[in-house]
Amino acid sequence: MLSIKNLKVSINDKQILKGLNLEVKAGEVHAIMGPNGSGKSTLANVIVGRDGYKIDSGEIIYEGKDLTGIEPEIRAREGIFLAFQYPVEIPGVNNVYLLKAAMNAKRKHRGEAELDAFEFLDLVKEKMKVVNMNEDLLNRAVNEGFSGGEKKRNEIFQMALLEPKLAILDETDSGLDIDALKIVASGVNGLRREDRAIIIVTHYQRLLDYIIPDYVHVLSDGKIIKSGGKELALELEEKGYDWVREEADAA
Amino acid sequence: MTSQSENIEVTTVEETTVENAQVETLVNAEYEHGFVTDIESDTIAPGLNEDVIRMISAKKDEPEWLLQWRLDAYRHWLTMDTPEWAHVHHEEIDYQAISYYSAPKSKGDGPKSLDEVDPKLLETYEKLGIPLQEQMMLAGVAVDAVFDSVSVATTFKDKLADAGVIFGSFSEAVKEHPELVRKYLGTVVPTGDNFFAALNSAVFTDGSFCFIPKGVRCPMELSTYFRINAANTGQFERTLIIAEEGSHVSYLEGCTAPMRDENQLHAAVVELIALDDAQIKYSTVQNWYPGDENGVGGIYNFVTKRGDCRGVNSKISWTQVETGSAITWKYPSCILRGDNSVGEFYSVAVTNNYQQADTGTKMIHIGKNTRSTIISKGISARFGQNTYRGMVRIAKTAENARNYTQCDSLLMGDKCGAHTFPYIEVKNSTAIVEHEATTSKIGEDQLFYCKQRGISEEDAVNMIVNGFCKEVFKELPMEFAVEAQKLLGITLEGAVG
Repeated sequence: MLSIKNLKVSINDKQILKGLNLEVKAGEVHAIMGPNGSGKSTLANVIVGRDGYKIDSGEIIYEGKDLTGIEPEIRAREGIFLAFQYPVEIPGVNNVYLLKAAMNAKRKHRGEAELDAFEFLDLVKEKMKVVNMNEDLLNRAVNEGFSGGEKKRNEIFQMALLEPKLAILDETDSGLDIDALKIVASGVNGLRREDRAIIIVTHYQRLLDYIIPDYVHVLSDGKIIKSGGKELALELEEKGYDWVREEADAA
Repeated sequence: MTSQSENIEVTTVEETTVENAQVETLVNAEYEHGFVTDIESDTIAPGLNEDVIRMISAKKDEPEWLLQWRLDAYRHWLTMDTPEWAHVHHEEIDYQAISYYSAPKSKGDGPKSLDEVDPKLLETYEKLGIPLQEQMMLAGVAVDAVFDSVSVATTFKDKLADAGVIFGSFSEAVKEHPELVRKYLGTVVPTGDNFFAALNSAVFTDGSFCFIPKGVRCPMELSTYFRINAANTGQFERTLIIAEEGSHVSYLEGCTAPMRDENQLHAAVVELIALDDAQIKYSTVQNWYPGDENGVGGIYNFVTKRGDCRGVNSKISWTQVETGSAITWKYPSCILRGDNSVGEFYSVAVTNNYQQADTGTKMIHIGKNTRSTIISKGISARFGQNTYRGMVRIAKTAENARNYTQCDSLLMGDKCGAHTFPYIEVKNSTAIVEHEATTSKIGEDQLFYCKQRGISEEDAVNMIVNGFCKEVFKELPMEFAVEAQKLLGITLEGAVG
């Protein structure tokens, strides 16, 4: 589904990703772990096509197509979803209204009929259960006055509704207390499917106690320096990142 | 800012913000209503002197007192200078180059019904999407359609007449209800109030008149569509609305104009009078030709709008959505004379390309327990300059007066500007005056968030801007709110790139 080859990316002439390789297949859950400043968020942003990142070399192939130069909204309509680390507030814009626009933009892109208000609301009600969304949050302005946990829940709710093929969760666990973390994790687990890939970007292992990944990759200084199964996350938790780095340096 | 002070305080704050935004502006939306209707006009040669004023008055068959009133205004105007305090720039206006009267020629003495109205005129309204006929009936809106300067069609008169409401053109009111016109005309905006009001008083050709008698709730929304059509014709509208004791009225004004290269002057005067327990809600959507993307052409909109809460417990509420005109200079204000009276001002002003807007309000608190609310939303894109200028004055007599002011500015791009000039004068220590101001640029983060959800940039901008204006739009009557949202979208189309 996603194939990243020798990707080099810089921001303001400073190279952040320095030859990153990653293969993600449908149905898989990958965790990208690494210390602060290793390039985790850059990777997430570059996949969704955010401005300000320059691809120096390499390629990002999604479903057989190179994503370079494709607008972020097109990538989104093609099924790439980012659950933001810091979801923004958009004052005055109703949460449901934004989602209906998003949903219909996607359906239109696929040549499907747009949903009317009733069909859409039925769908919303169904998907709200995924993360126990409070109905009250639906009719408020996007993320405005939401607590940290509510914002993250809202992200997963949007993911449930928009049904992406590739979902990237950027530090979804940050700022969550244990109860909120469990709700969000169970929401994500409910969205694991054969035809959907999920990439979890995280600093800490704690989220991975609840969402068990198929693969764990360690990102350090712009490269993936070690990959393994779910046990790698536990090892990192126990020993920190330094030993992997030392191991990589020695190799 | 909260001030509770016994002394006279005049505070002038200027916040000039020209922010560097990452958002690049790029505007190419063609003015939707840019077409000219080909109708023979009855136009006076350009120029202004007492003879021209006599001619206007004679053409309109006016009583002597009104002619004298005009001439007094004219003589006063001659002694006045163009105001230069506004934060706008334009070439000096040659008042002798303007034609002061233009009326569509009609067969006989004017139309008795819609059938008699020039079909081309009706077609123009159709193009503008003004549902003058069946649609109007369904919507329950009475329209006094002003085409250039003379009213050509008025609907729902009978229904309004049953309720005792007088609603029609100003000229008609002068003929049929001279005592009312004479009693109230110029009592809120005196002839010598300001340069443009004096000019209007001298040369106004028509406008709307509305009288709601004691205890009557006007059975429908009243709306007038103004449209400037003949080239080089300044439009000088005069609107007078009187709400007697305990009456209610909601008045809607919407404007569009055809595309032109010459600058056109529009200097209207609107006077509102609310007696005891009366309420007037006045809503405007202004979409006059703003000039092209290089700042050529466009309407100069220099308007004096003022409401007088003359009675106790009266209320006047202004809501305006200003997206058009090359230059907007207008301050719909409230004089809160009656005890417990309430004044409100809700405004959205958009300046795109080279548009300039200097707009705001004055809330003059005179009566006890008077309250006022000001919500102003300014949006600037490309090279647009947007100024909020507001005055809150609490007189000595205004015990327990309250004001809340909120001014928010939204910038799109790095070459536009937002400016805020709040003036506050407090002469009564029991007053509470609050002022809040924010300036933000349309956030890259917000845009990206929407795009990541699959929403196009244009739709995203539209959504964010409409969200920003929500507090004002919710004050508009429903059908107007929808129109205003569309208009905002059209105005800012392609404003981000």
